[in-house]
Amino acid sequence: MSRHFMDRLARYVVFVTATLSFLILLAIAVFIVKEGAPTFEKVGVLDFLTGGVWRPGQGQYGILAMIAGSAAVTAGSLLLAIPLGIACAILLAEVAPSGVRRFLRPAVELLVGIPSVVYGLVGLVLLVPAVRHIGGNGFSVLAASIVLMAMVLPTVISISEDSIRAVPVAYKEGALALGATHWQTIWRVILPAARSGIGASIVLGMGRAVGETMAMIMVIGNSIVFPKSPLDPARTLTGNIAVEISYATGIHEDALFATGIVLFLFIVLLNSIAVVTLKRGTHAQSLA
Amino acid sequence: MAGKKKRWLALPVAVVLASMLALAGCGEAATTEEPGDSPPAKQEKSTITEAGSTTVQPVAEKLGHAFTRKYPDVTVVVQGGGSSTGVKSAAAGTVDIGAASRELKESEKTLGLVTHVLAQDGIAIVAHPSQVVSDLSKEQVRDIFAGEITRWSEVGGADREIHVVAREEGSGTRAAFEEMVMGEVLIGAGAILQASNGAVRTAVAGDADAIGFLSFGYINDTIKALSINGVAATVANTNSGKYPVVRPLLFLTKGQPAGVVKQFIDFCLGPEGQAIVEGEGYMSAY
Amino acid sequence: MRRVSPRTTQALAMVYVWGGGIITVLILVVVIGYVLVQGAPGLSLDFLLTAPQGGLSGEGGISTVIVSTIYLVAVTVAMLLPIGLGAAIYLAEYAADNRLTRVIRYGVETLAGVPSIIFGLFGFALFVTALHLNFSILSGALTLVCLLLPTMIRTCEEAMKAVPYGYREAALALGATRWQMTSRVLLPAALPGIVTAIILCVGRAIEETACLYVTLGGSAAMPTSLLSGGRTLSLHVFYLAMETNAFEKAMATGAVLIITIIAINTLTNWLSYRFQRRMRGAV
Repeated sequence: MSRHFMDRLARYVVFVTATLSFLILLAIAVFIVKEGAPTFEKVGVLDFLTGGVWRPGQGQYGILAMIAGSAAVTAGSLLLAIPLGIACAILLAEVAPSGVRRFLRPAVELLVGIPSVVYGLVGLVLLVPAVRHIGGNGFSVLAASIVLMAMVLPTVISISEDSIRAVPVAYKEGALALGATHWQTIWRVILPAARSGIGASIVLGMGRAVGETMAMIMVIGNSIVFPKSPLDPARTLTGNIAVEISYATGIHEDALFATGIVLFLFIVLLNSIAVVTLKRGTHAQSLA
Repeated sequence: MAGKKKRWLALPVAVVLASMLALAGCGEAATTEEPGDSPPAKQEKSTITEAGSTTVQPVAEKLGHAFTRKYPDVTVVVQGGGSSTGVKSAAAGTVDIGAASRELKESEKTLGLVTHVLAQDGIAIVAHPSQVVSDLSKEQVRDIFAGEITRWSEVGGADREIHVVAREEGSGTRAAFEEMVMGEVLIGAGAILQASNGAVRTAVAGDADAIGFLSFGYINDTIKALSINGVAATVANTNSGKYPVVRPLLFLTKGQPAGVVKQFIDFCLGPEGQAIVEGEGYMSAY
Repeated sequence: MRRVSPRTTQALAMVYVWGGGIITVLILVVVIGYVLVQGAPGLSLDFLLTAPQGGLSGEGGISTVIVSTIYLVAVTVAMLLPIGLGAAIYLAEYAADNRLTRVIRYGVETLAGVPSIIFGLFGFALFVTALHLNFSILSGALTLVCLLLPTMIRTCEEAMKAVPYGYREAALALGATRWQMTSRVLLPAALPGIVTAIILCVGRAIEETACLYVTLGGSAAMPTSLLSGGRTLSLHVFYLAMETNAFEKAMATGAVLIITIIAINTLTNWLSYRFQRRMRGAV
């Protein structure tokens, strides 16, 4: 085979494989919409999104309680992960000596690698009984938030660290030359400059939190109810899908796909926001 | 460096192919028996797949092992998923046998499924072993699960909040419970939902204020079965008809079973199978 | 009110920052430590080599689960590698900076953010139901390929980009076609990076649970073909924890998982370190 032929062939082949990603994305969107759309006809978009009762046995499909559950757990985990994550990012980027850094970085990477079921298992065995002591029956938004925080933390840390490092050295040197302490420099110069990257890390962490499934099923109690306090059980959108998909038929199955549509759109929105925020940040920095 | 890339790719491809061939050599693909197949009287390796009710799961596994001991070339693969999964999978042909721990609903009767009654099973109301309350009336059970009665003190116990544990909607145990105990009243939205009898048991065993329902076969000393209207939750009482909450355990097949599947079902419904069923704490089908 | 001196603020801030780091490490230590300590008593050659007996006490070991996991991962990587590598080559070497490329990149980036349960739904709708593959290793593998494609593409592309430009110039100057340059010079040079990508995807595949939960089925039997159902280690931990009382077995399985993940992580780090050293030493 002539090498030019190979060259031509190769070009087409790699092009096809490259478009595959986009095609898969399209296929996912198409399938989920196709399966889920009938729900909106039968139940009505507004009723679906704002209905507080989800009882397939009675033909009621409202996912508001699940939206509340996902929102509560995400908010809870971010509330814990943001201060912790930023602290750790500052530590890694500015404060820690290289020996500590060489130990801490792999540790953060390891946190990412732990499977979600293991977090769920530890949550089930350690956290749920502990929360039970405080009140309620242990399966709660609180337990789920703590578990989720551990999973969101590495995202926040690594992206925040990168954006702190990306702040031009001139900023830091300027501040220090003017007599600022190290912390004053960090707090008033570097962090604001890294603002967009940190913001992006939070948004991406949010995406991760909303998308988590298995660990949530294990510790959140799966009750279809509005969580009124962190000690209440709840159900997430993802948990709803996973628990019921194996036996759902007919409208019920369509409704689960419709839940998937809501999730999918929300995550795509979050990710787009994150990308735009990051881009704006690097653009602003390059202008400096 | 010619061909270096190809040579490198060859290794993982070879490994994958080899492992696939090896595994294929170890056993044949799962054969799903269609009704009308001639029964494989000769000894060929085959697999029977079962899925559905978590209540039926442990006894199905024991039956499967016993069957394999008798006919070593047949493997029985047992999964859970809940009764509604069993109905759906059997109707779709995804598995050979679906298991349900409740009667078929009206909407399911048109799916072309044939029911085989494996056993009768009681549903027990259970609480933590330290619970002082030992007996409840059916109405009290209903009100507790509906969320009307919220503290143990209202039924003779300590002044603590009742933690209700139930099953998700696809569960046959839940459906049977709803039909026989709840009637038209809905289970309260605040109940913790677990995915299997085993998970309910674990949840109740770990929480002193919990109450839940599960199949007789799952009763052990990590939890305490409450008596209903004075009738204790024992097999003897279900046999005599005194215990009010009893439902059938079903095997479902799409159409009439044939071949190995028929052999297996006959085995389960026959004297050997029923002996195992009773050994697990259920009542035999007849 | 007396103004707090900046030195005090700094000292407090250092407490905050170091505290953050310590708590993070503490979380890691608690999670890993607890599982390893609780699970170690259950670990034995016997555990690894017996099949799970099922039943409520979760008797037995995890032999079939290990086999299913390896089988699933092998099939996944076999399909993932050509597609992901091809796309990476395109993006790194062939793609012009035009709208089409941006669309493709957008596809890859967005796909990376989609939660795994959505992939599970997709796999369930397409592979399990529409294509009638049922709950099987094949359905699970195809779903995993979709899930891991962005990761593979990204990592391979970085590996390709890390190869010094001088390599390309030299090859082209000697008269090679683009494909010859790519296949005979760049790919071998980027090899450690590509291997890192594979191992990274293997690690992610092993820890994946949600999308496999709805495409693999829950069977704990030994898989006999591509169309058998199966259970991965992660799924087994889930089932053990949720359906049986056998928490020690769950912990033991979790321990196996964690040890595997740590091994894979270390391997990846070491490989990418060696790869970077190699590249730095080149033209």
